[in-house]
Amino acid sequence: MSDARTSILTRLRASRDAHPVTVPPSDFGVLAGMRWSPEERLDRLRTMMEAVHTEFLDATEADWPAVVRDFLRAEGVKTLLHGTPIAAALAAAWTPGAPERIAYDQPVEGFKERLFTGIDAGITTTLGGIAHTGSLILWPTPEEPRLMSLVPPVHVALLRADRLYDTFWQAMTENRWSQGMPTNALLVSGPSKTADIEQTLAYGVHGPKRLIVVVVRV
Amino acid sequence: MVDAAAHTTIDFAKASRTALADQQLRGNFRRAMDGLMSKRAVQFADSREWHAMRALGASVRLRALSKLPELLEKLEENCTRNGIRVHWASTTAEANAIVLSIMQRVDTRLVVKGKSMVSEEMHLNAFLEEHGIEILESDLGEYIVQLDEATPSHIIMPAIHMNTKQIAHLFRQKIKDAEYTEDVARLTDLARRVLRAKFAAAEVGVSGVNAAVAETGTLCLVENEGNGRMCTTVPPVHIAVMGLEKVVERLEDVPPVISLLTRSATGQPITTYVNMITSPRKDGERDGPREVHLVILDNGRSNVYADAELRDTLRCIRCGACMNHCPVYTKVGGHAYEAPYPGPIGKILVPQIEGLDRRGEMPHACTMCNACVEICPVKIPIVGIMGRLRAEAVHPSSAVKDAGARASRTEALVWKGWAAANASPLAYRIASGLAARLGNMAPSSLPLLKDWTNVRTKPRFAGRTLHEMAREKGIADV
Ligand code: SF4
Repeated sequence: MSDARTSILTRLRASRDAHPVTVPPSDFGVLAGMRWSPEERLDRLRTMMEAVHTEFLDATEADWPAVVRDFLRAEGVKTLLHGTPIAAALAAAWTPGAPERIAYDQPVEGFKERLFTGIDAGITTTLGGIAHTGSLILWPTPEEPRLMSLVPPVHVALLRADRLYDTFWQAMTENRWSQGMPTNALLVSGPSKTADIEQTLAYGVHGPKRLIVVVVRV
Repeated sequence: MVDAAAHTTIDFAKASRTALADQQLRGNFRRAMDGLMSKRAVQFADSREWHAMRALGASVRLRALSKLPELLEKLEENCTRNGIRVHWASTTAEANAIVLSIMQRVDTRLVVKGKSMVSEEMHLNAFLEEHGIEILESDLGEYIVQLDEATPSHIIMPAIHMNTKQIAHLFRQKIKDAEYTEDVARLTDLARRVLRAKFAAAEVGVSGVNAAVAETGTLCLVENEGNGRMCTTVPPVHIAVMGLEKVVERLEDVPPVISLLTRSATGQPITTYVNMITSPRKDGERDGPREVHLVILDNGRSNVYADAELRDTLRCIRCGACMNHCPVYTKVGGHAYEAPYPGPIGKILVPQIEGLDRRGEMPHACTMCNACVEICPVKIPIVGIMGRLRAEAVHPSSAVKDAGARASRTEALVWKGWAAANASPLAYRIASGLAARLGNMAPSSLPLLKDWTNVRTKPRFAGRTLHEMAREKGIADV
């Protein structure tokens, strides 16, 4: 339909040239001015995410795999989907009775059935968190595919306490996201939810029913 | 089906009378709108921040419109470089044909769809079903509406016109083996069970776009449920449809737009998911669609763009706040408009897309209270545009489709007479004297007067004119 393309663009160009718009400058000061101290960032993120049913666990660089293991075992989780970046750390801390670890190491085509019906929880890393909106930043990779944080009913996300940003805008400008966006980047701000039935909140409609953020202090 | 309807005039007045008589419907809307308004108000309690964010949001949208042709080309260039295939459609028929041909090429039987108002504009579901393709709405509200064989009554909350009981009955009736329950969590779980299997089985996922970034070729989608992520990640093919105004220039333009959108729409600081898609699955990646298509739809938008004043319509980020605050929408609900976009934004957008012949009544469904203008996060002068469209409807011009369609000889004559009476003191005295003495004898069924007396009692004329009374009181110079 390149005819459509030409005719649309020709019309738009003619109209724009006939009536050019003067645009007021975009003042991002309102976003740049939103600043919190490192401790406030974590508190704010936590308060906001808890308000939408996110659960938090505290851990350190050394003990997070054990914290995750114990939590999942206590919750009766039978299977945990993980990617390669944290496979070794999990393996080192795993003990009998902890959930079975399943690596997402093949294309989804051969794995869909199991992914949709046979996995209780998925664990992913994050790029950081955002204080302003209470959000996690996820950049799925070949080692940590996209569906890990979506399909299993429980999503466990590791958040390093020193990777907190004030705003979404700050995270993307400081890290120059515009110079190279990944296949998929995500903000996740809680477990899946809906208010489509008479404005009544219900959690876990299509995505995870529970979101567990493990805050890893350094 | 759609084309046959295109020539009929939509009778909003009639539909709204039916809606007004439905107490259940009014109650459902009142409750929902009050909730949405108060949640939004909490989000923007800091008025300095509100004004600054709003100015930023408006400037982002204005800047995008100021460079619209270049940004669309750049978006195409960057998407193409990223592996997203870009298609252009002048009309909804062309857009439907593009979508269908992609689906037929990959031999599609089942499609899952995330919320997309542009697909409503295209009547995509009906079109695909005519071609034997099953398309399933996956947003819970849209799913409810689809089960009910209805249309959305709100652009953000499609099933807002129904209450839990009504939805419970619907599920019991339409979902296999469903028990009757009014428990919202269990109803939600029912839908989850049905749709999960469909996400896994579908060959194609369809979505809308909240903002498309020219700079990086990124499609941004916001949602709470995760169905949008499912539709854009699980099926092997993803087709995104967008109106051509949805482009923004830079990636950094996204945060203010999304913040204004989610806070205005539902009073949430942010939605559960902000999904940014920049390419199909790359080599080595384990999931995500192998093909991503972007369909850029015009459908009258380039015509809207041609007029310097009407162009502001295209700033809209579809937050729906104008609906939630509209004294007309909140009383009659979304269905009375019989349009993909109801409420204030619908009243200015739909007549421009579909023409003033069919939609000439829409800009009149407004009290001009200005509530929508005050809460619009990108400062669209909705009421000004409404006034302009009223004028366009009675004056033939080339600015809007079917301008002049509502021109009335009687009305034109009356105004001519009014102008003449006001231009000469003698004529004015005679006319007002006559009105005072004979006005009460005029039957309510007189043309023009009828439009007033249909819904209001006929005003009573005083026996004497104001001038006569003033002179009696000794006020000079009247
Ligand atoms: S016109 Fe303004 S308030 Fe209405 S939907 Fe569009 S952006 Fe929101």
